[in-house]
Formats: sequence, C-alpha cells, structure tokens
Amino acid sequence: MEKLSLGGQLVQYLFTGVTVGSVYGMVALGFNIIYNVTEMINFAQGEFVMLGGLMMVVCAKFLPLPMAFVLTVAIVTAVGVLMERFTINPLKNASVLTLIIVTIAVSILLKGIAMFIWGKDPYVMQPFSGTKPIHLFGAAVQTQILWVLGISAVVVVLLTLFFRKTRYGKAMLACADNLEAARLVGIKVKFMVLLSFALSAAIGAAAGAVITPISLMEYDRGALLGLKGFGAAVLGGLGSFYGAVAAGLILGIVESLCAGLISSGYKDAVGLLVLLLVLFVRPSGLFGSVEASKIKKF
Amino acid sequence: MNRQDTGIFLGVVVLLTAFPVAVSQVEAISHYLDVMIFVGIFSLITMGLSLLMGYAGQVSLGHAAFFGLGAYTSGILCVKLAVSPWLAMVSGALFTGAVAYAVGVPSLKLKGHYLAMATLGFGVIVTIVLNEEVEFTGGPSGLSDVPRLEILGVPIRGELEFYILVWSMVLLVLVFCLNVIHSRIGRALRSIHDSEVAADAMGVETARYKVMVFVLSAVLASLAGSLYAHYVRFLSPGSFDLLLSIKLVMMVVVGGMHSLWGALLGTWLLTFLGNEWLHVFKDFDILVYGAILLFVVMALPEGLVSVGPRLSHMWKRGRESEG
Repeated sequence: MEKLSLGGQLVQYLFTGVTVGSVYGMVALGFNIIYNVTEMINFAQGEFVMLGGLMMVVCAKFLPLPMAFVLTVAIVTAVGVLMERFTINPLKNASVLTLIIVTIAVSILLKGIAMFIWGKDPYVMQPFSGTKPIHLFGAAVQTQILWVLGISAVVVVLLTLFFRKTRYGKAMLACADNLEAARLVGIKVKFMVLLSFALSAAIGAAAGAVITPISLMEYDRGALLGLKGFGAAVLGGLGSFYGAVAAGLILGIVESLCAGLISSGYKDAVGLLVLLLVLFVRPSGLFGSVEASKIKKF
Repeated sequence: MNRQDTGIFLGVVVLLTAFPVAVSQVEAISHYLDVMIFVGIFSLITMGLSLLMGYAGQVSLGHAAFFGLGAYTSGILCVKLAVSPWLAMVSGALFTGAVAYAVGVPSLKLKGHYLAMATLGFGVIVTIVLNEEVEFTGGPSGLSDVPRLEILGVPIRGELEFYILVWSMVLLVLVFCLNVIHSRIGRALRSIHDSEVAADAMGVETARYKVMVFVLSAVLASLAGSLYAHYVRFLSPGSFDLLLSIKLVMMVVVGGMHSLWGALLGTWLLTFLGNEWLHVFKDFDILVYGAILLFVVMALPEGLVSVGPRLSHMWKRGRESEG
C-alpha cells in the first residue's frame, strides 16, 4: 500500500467516518420513524441492518445488483411487518418495560434465526462497482463509499418527499404530533404503526446492503449498530430527522478519527461514551428542543 | 416477611438441604450440584434485579457489567497482587457500588427506553474495557488460576462445600430482600413503580430510593461475580457480555418480576435450561431463549409464578358456574 501524507490520512479518516456515519444516520432515522408514531424504541432496529446485509449477500449471488437490492429491502420490510403484526399489534396497554422486553426478545430471535441460516462467520461481498479505488484530495477512496453516501442521500430525499407530499406521510406526521387528535380526524393509527415498522425495516435493510461490501456482515452485528444508531438518534434529538442524519455523521467522524489517531480497540466505546454523555447531560440532544423533550413520555 | 413468605422460605430450605443428598444417589444427575451452584450465583443478581425492576420499576440492561466488575476485581487482586479472596470480594463490592452510584445518579434521572439504553451502553463499554486492558484483565484470552476461597486457612475444594457457601449467602440475601420489600423502603419503591409523580408529591424521595436500590443490586451482582471468579477460577470478557445482561433480565421476567420468588424460579429454570437441557441446540439456544422470552411476555406478562393462582382462580370459577 502506498504511504499517505498526514493530510491524506485525515481525509481518509473523514471519508471512513462519513461512511459509517451515514449508516448510523440511517439506523437513527429508523428509530425516529417508529418513535414518532408509537413513542417506543425498537431494540431490534440494528437487526434489520444485519438482515439487510446478509440477505444482500445471498440475493447478489443469483440476481443483478439493482434487483438484489430491491429484493433484499422487500424481504426485510416483510420481516418488519411480521414483527409488528405478531408482537407489537397484539399488545394492549403495554407498559414501557413490556415493550422494551418484547423488542429485545424479537432482536435475539432474529439474531438466532440469522445464525441458523448463515452461521457464525462474517460474509464478504464484492463492492458494487469494482475494487479499484479512486483518488480524491490526496486519499485513496473505495468506490463503495460513494454508493453508501449516494444511497443515504436518496433515502433522506425520498423520506422528506414522503412526509411532505404524500397522504400517508402527512398522516404519520400527524400521529407524531398528537396521537389522539390524529385518531379523531380519522387517521388509522394502527395502520400507521404498521407502516412505521415497514419503513424503518426498509431503511435498515438499505443501510445494511450498502455497507456490507465495506465492513463485512455477520449475525451478531445488530446490537452494536443499533446502539450507535440510537446514540445518533439521541444526539440529534429523538424524533428529529435532520438531527439524526447530522448526528450520525458527527458520530461516525469522531469514531473514525479516534480509531485512526488514538486507539482502534476503543473505537466502539467512543460512540457509546458519546451516547452516555448526551443522555446524562442533555437528553434532548444537540438539535432537539428542551421544552419539547419535557412533554415527552421519557 | 409475612406468613406466606415464611412458609415458602422453609419449603425452599428443605428442598435445598435434600437436593445434594438426592442428587448424590443418582449417578446420571450428580453434576446437577454444579449447575445448582450457578443457579445460586445468578440468584444473587436476579434478586437485586427483581427489586429494581419489579418493585422500583426501573430496567437495567447492564447488570452483567456489575457481575463482571466484581469477578475481575476479585480475580485481578488475587492473581496479580495476592490479596486474600475475602478482602478482594469486599473491595470488589465497594468498587462496584461506587461505579453503580456514579452511573446510577445520572442514569436514573432517565426513564423507560432511555434508562434501558444508558445501562445497555454502559454494559457494552465495560465489556470493551475488559477486552482491551490486556495488562490487567488478560484481554480476550482471559485471566486464569484465580485461587480458591478459604475459610480459616482451609481452601474450599469440593462442590458440596461451595454449594453450602453460595446458598447460605443466597438465603441471607433473600431474607434481607424480603424484609426490605415489606418495609418503608419497599413501600416507597412500589409507589415509584405505580407513579413516580404521585410518589414525589407524597414526599417520597424517589431519586434517592431509586439510586439506593440500583447500587444495592449492583453490589449483589458484584458479590455474585466474586463467587463466580473463585468457583470457575477462569475469567474471560465473553462471560459478562450483553447476552448475559439480557438473560438476567429474562430470568426475572420469565419467573415473574413482581415477586422475589418469581426471580428465583426464573433463575433456576433458565440456568438449568442453559447449562443442561438446551445443550441439544448447541449455539442455537439463543433462538430458543428469544422464543421463550417472547412467549412469556406476550402470554404470561406476570411470569410463571402467576400460573398457579390463575389456574386455581379458573378452577374456582368453573366450580361456581357448575353449582
């Protein structure tokens, strides 16, 4: 490998940071969508990313990439829908504790199923457009990084359009605003909950599918991805979409700089420390409003 | 302790005394004594968790970390500095208690999901530290040759001796916890569980009680960790990971989180499932755990201890409608 100047190294770290950061951002978006409609946190969010990655490896073996991607997202979305139908929907007046435990149970169930299907070894996948890196600002950049950034940008744009322009998107925003009022004007809240699970599963799957060629994927990745994604969601102010994306990027860059400059062993601890600090010092997040967080359930 | 608790307690003592005798008669299950020692070790943790979750209504997904802190403090002090095991155990409890206080004060201001995530994050951080500080902990390859416990200079070698030691501690802690829940503190905790705002308004110092029970449960987990260290005599970070934290919560929930007896029942059942009966599934036991947990939370939210009263209620109703 050619030796890079310090400046080139920094650019490299930044690129890596932005890449993992956009994945955290997408996981955070998934948390937010469900949180906004249901005021609950889905502890199985990270498993959607894991499933997305592993499913993509399988689908890409016998399908051209775009179709493999679509099929992956569709399958994982179906998993999200099944999860909502069979575990969340039947619960009535469940306490927060019950909801937490139910989603944790689903997460270890999904992890177990993934281990059953794919085994314990990490899976490798070819980058979407070849392994030859391109040179940007004095750094060698994998082309897959551009795919990750591109897909995240598309996800953010599509989500914005969905919430601003479509009937269902607006109905979901109404649920986020005031569940009772939304029900009173005739919005089917139960269906919106289902839709929120489908959407966040789809986003998680997309994130998993694009990151796998860079970071490999294995059955037990979900928990850590979920935790860091939650860190991003909280840092950005739970419920805020742009906050989630920005916080994801910040978290990714901090983590990558720490891994490169300080210690790679503690890389994973950095994101979690940030999460704890934000929770302890400013639970409303960097971009969330303190007033709004006071009236929330927790 | 009320009369019902005293009755169950005496029954449990009788069973525990008969257990080693019965097991020693049958060759095929003679190793159950070893499994029962683990049940005892985990019971120390789950009794604390039951107070925290079932009575005070606060969830923790990081108790494997406190268990690990106790185990590693004992291990490191005994192996590297040749400190006496009992002194190491007390140091572990004090250290873990201090850490729990430092984490608990800011964490317990949080509620519900935030608290769960904060304790989860804390637990993962501790696992990472155990893996990375190779100089002290031995890192992923572990810390071996932890010395045995001694009483008056005589090392505790046999399983039976360790069984007696562990379960005496469990029974002591059980009596203590049963007294706590029927005391002023127990009433305060339950009032927090029902409504924190109302409890606050009635003058219950909610923040203080929550931190108190959190620290207590962490200290119990630390004691369990020290016992584990001296029994297994080998520590590796993988024994104190997120999955264990989840399993501990599971034990409490499956048994019935609003009752200490439920915590004990759940610990017994899941430890035997994990160490013995699920071996046929090998690594896929996680799948079975997920399924059991999901089933219990959805179908039996009050846990297994609620099955008996529910059945007898149904039976009585059935008889009434006949008559």
